[in-house]
Amino acid sequence: MKPASFSYHRARSADEAVSLLAELGDDAKLLAGGQSLVAMMNFRLARPAALVDISRLAELRYVRAHDGGLRIGALALHRDLERLTDPGLLAGFGMLPQAARYIGHYAIRAAGTFGGSIAHADPAAEWCMAALLFDAQMVARGPGGERVIPVAGFFKGFLETGLRPDEMITEVRLPAPRPGAAICEFARRHGDFAIVAVAAAVDRDGGVCRDARVVLGGVAGTVDRAAGAEATLIGSSLDADVIAAAARQAAAGTDPPGDIHGSAEYRRHLIQVLAARAIGEAAGHA
Amino acid sequence: MPDLTGGPAVAAGAAPAVGAPPGTAPAGRWIGQPLRRAEDRYLLTGRGRFVGDLEPSGTLHLALVRSYVASAAIEAVDASAALSLPGVAAVITAADLAGVAPLRGVLDRPEFVATDMPILAADRVRHVGEPIAAVLAESAYLAEDAVELVEVTYGELPAVASAGEALAPGAAAVHEAAPGNVLVDFTPMPTPGLDGIFASAAHVVEAEVSSGRVTAAPMEGRVCLAAFDERTGQVVLQTSTQVPHTVRTAVALSLGMDEHQVRVISPDVGGGFGQKCVVAREEVLAAAIARLLRRTVKWVEDRREGLTAGFQAREQFYRLRGAFDADGRMLGLDADIRCDVGAYSCYPVTCGVEVLMAANELPGPYRVQSYRVRSRGIATNKTPIAPYRGVSRPQAVLAMERLMDEAGRATGLGAVGVRDRNLIDASEFPYRNVMGASYDAGTYRESLAQCAELLGYGDWPAVQARARAEGRLTGLGLACFVEPTAYGTASFGMRKMTIVPGYEQATVRMDPSGSVIVLAGTHSHGQGHATTYAQIVADALGIDPGRVRLRQGDTELVPHGWGTFASRSIVAGGGAVARASADLAGQLREIAAHLMEAAPADLELAGGMAQVRGDPATSVPIGELARTAHHAAHLLPDGLGRGLEATASFDPEGTFSNATHGAVVEVSPSTGGVRLARYVVVEDCGVMINPMIVDGQVAGGVAQGIGAALFEELCFDESGQPVSGSFVDYLVPTAADLPEFEIHHLCTPTPRTPTGSKGMGEGGSIGAPAAVLNAVNDALAQVGAHVERVPIRPADVMAAITAAASSDQSADRKEAK
Repeated sequence: MKPASFSYHRARSADEAVSLLAELGDDAKLLAGGQSLVAMMNFRLARPAALVDISRLAELRYVRAHDGGLRIGALALHRDLERLTDPGLLAGFGMLPQAARYIGHYAIRAAGTFGGSIAHADPAAEWCMAALLFDAQMVARGPGGERVIPVAGFFKGFLETGLRPDEMITEVRLPAPRPGAAICEFARRHGDFAIVAVAAAVDRDGGVCRDARVVLGGVAGTVDRAAGAEATLIGSSLDADVIAAAARQAAAGTDPPGDIHGSAEYRRHLIQVLAARAIGEAAGHA
Repeated sequence: MPDLTGGPAVAAGAAPAVGAPPGTAPAGRWIGQPLRRAEDRYLLTGRGRFVGDLEPSGTLHLALVRSYVASAAIEAVDASAALSLPGVAAVITAADLAGVAPLRGVLDRPEFVATDMPILAADRVRHVGEPIAAVLAESAYLAEDAVELVEVTYGELPAVASAGEALAPGAAAVHEAAPGNVLVDFTPMPTPGLDGIFASAAHVVEAEVSSGRVTAAPMEGRVCLAAFDERTGQVVLQTSTQVPHTVRTAVALSLGMDEHQVRVISPDVGGGFGQKCVVAREEVLAAAIARLLRRTVKWVEDRREGLTAGFQAREQFYRLRGAFDADGRMLGLDADIRCDVGAYSCYPVTCGVEVLMAANELPGPYRVQSYRVRSRGIATNKTPIAPYRGVSRPQAVLAMERLMDEAGRATGLGAVGVRDRNLIDASEFPYRNVMGASYDAGTYRESLAQCAELLGYGDWPAVQARARAEGRLTGLGLACFVEPTAYGTASFGMRKMTIVPGYEQATVRMDPSGSVIVLAGTHSHGQGHATTYAQIVADALGIDPGRVRLRQGDTELVPHGWGTFASRSIVAGGGAVARASADLAGQLREIAAHLMEAAPADLELAGGMAQVRGDPATSVPIGELARTAHHAAHLLPDGLGRGLEATASFDPEGTFSNATHGAVVEVSPSTGGVRLARYVVVEDCGVMINPMIVDGQVAGGVAQGIGAALFEELCFDESGQPVSGSFVDYLVPTAADLPEFEIHHLCTPTPRTPTGSKGMGEGGSIGAPAAVLNAVNDALAQVGAHVERVPIRPADVMAAITAAASSDQSADRKEAK
């Protein structure tokens, strides 16, 4: 469990990181918190020829309110989100600290980064689920400057995103608050990757659900929305029967993998259980 | 050569427990005080010295090319690309190890088939992870690079991935010597007439229980550093082991050397749990290569190797039948046991270790009058097994305690009633059980009664019903067991191993300033012997435990001993320390008597002084006696002084700790998840030398037992490929997954040891799987479901609940028709 040989470069600014990426070519990888990348390198599942270390770029570690939404610097730590207490930041984003507590253990949360998690695109990652839930926009900086990538279509496959090899995420924007949001997970141990995770958000207007998001984690190659369940919720009164029906739909449309921690059938069962919980909790906040 | 002696010499009791001022033994005795561990300050502040910390200049790093198929002929090994990598010194294969004998664990009994475990596989691999070639390079990184370049050509053969497959007709043979894959078939003399007893019994209950394969996963993996000393011609092997002398024996045998030509040193060791009480082929390999290349060679197991190639344990299947009379008394026990022992037999205890232990100790704390058992060890193409804390008893207790719960239901006596009726009563000790073991006195019924009381067993039905009304499924489970510990040579001799452990030796030596060095053949690797042995010595010599240091783990330094395993050290090692201390105390009294012109019998040693009993004014400091013995021996008659030292041995006849464990769980009816709400232990290990260390042993064992009950399993696919090769999939519980442990003690001193102490290092892990499984089944019984396998995965619980619900519905439908 020693990594293959690689060259190491420490970037002093985001711009320098981008130019190093361009210079070093496609086999270079950014190193932020290293909580996934380094383990993969030690197993030799990842063999980057070069690492560009951006972990000390203080300029990218922030969480800011902006025009009703939230702007999260790529190097904001999981712990920064977990400890979000400023009411100005927290309003409508209470799901973020709730989700952060599910991420690994204290030591992991104190090193891993928000942007790193989005770029890594693990299908069970809480921040990838949050990105879908909040219609996030990823700010990517490359040799030609910055572009803003909408979350729809950003997660392309297992550990695969719409980022180009010479681009880095500098910021993730959550354009609008979602007070009615919640995340529920099930894992065998505290801090493990979820066997199944479900995040839900609902916007209620009068008694009627105007908009809904149901996001599944850990059940496919990428995080994904459960469109059928969302459709069932929209326009409904969010009563118990509707929530149960939406939860059933969330499970029905999936083909989760089976492994030593549970069969596909068990995971589908968990999706239904957790979706009902998450939607119910979200509706309670809305 | 630098100072290689094992571990720093630590003074015990430097920081006494709250309320115990230094230098004063409250109540006149250090034994029984919860002294803080002398080892902890340096270990917890990162000042420990483990083998991995050692790296003499010029060290070559060893990495292994391991098989990635479970069963294959090795057709070719091509190391040319690896050898051309700069920094690679050598690639060693079996062909380079001519004259190095395989490890051969043998039981000299007809029902055992002996097989060899080669140091490197030559023409055949039998499990994934089996070492084929060793790469030696200037750094561990380069060594791993080179491993990737060694090309092995495999001719794949059919793999036997489970015990069931291995026993099927026509199954491939893992070893030619055992065509049916049965390496041990143990059927001790059954009680005559057992079938008749079952035929006429008022109640016959059954249990069928199995447990998944696990591994000890010590915090420090296996590590060794081998060097060749040109001055002495010795191979010096520093290794993370529990048994330095046994490693010396194995290396000497394998390398064809006399034992004095091999020096084994073991500095700080970060846990072993039995995995390091057998000899690893990597240890022999490193020694062989150091001798071959005349270089220092270092191997550090990584966690992936540890979880795939490190010794494993506990994959067992039990089918039990119990016959009970109308009053709930057990009349007979009939058992069939299968142990999946993997591909090889470990040295020296062999692959029979689980098989024999399971059969011999199944009756446990109960009055089992008639018994029939067949216990088999079955070879598969999986990693070999070795002892792991509790050795088979966690599974044997799991099976017996499931049977007892079933008997409680069948007889209407309930879980506590049926156990109480069958537990051996205080009046019956010493008790000779059906297998011939002689139990010393314990508190079997008392511990059950106290545990049940602490858990609120009497009110439990009402408490459970209230929870059920709130939609919660709660359960209470119990497990009673006896923990045979500290086997002596007589017990070990009956196993018929080629080497017979059991006795222990210790030297207690006082220096001229009155401080003491203890040299012990046991090998503390987390048990705190520097503290507990010091407490024993301090009481015997009347000195502060802070003046006692322990040296261990160096075959050149300490008397021959068997190391630390099988809960033997405080009994066997502590017994030897107590005896040697008593001898030394006698010497001190004689010197004092001479100097004080008193009779030795009138002198006592206490508070650092030798004094005439009842006359504190007449006293001499013990330090003065020590100075005289060394520096002024001319003042003493011949035969006194000229050094102060005693060596003694102790060969225990076996001690039997006992305990009842109780668990309260809550099972989620929607996810199948199990949450432990309470965990209660009531145990009796006789005199506790240090109650804090006893509690630590209980807590650590319970954590491992809960790991086996709910979380940990090494899984393999149908081709024998391991699929839990990292801590992402091999789920060792963390503190967040465990409840507070409520630990209570009873004390029945044993007359069989000098201190009255019994061994107790394994009990925690023995009781926990059964207590948890019974608790989960108590919860599930409310919905007509049950589970009979550990680890209890949420998915299995959910499947059981779903199956029960659907059979309920179909029953309803039938009724409706």
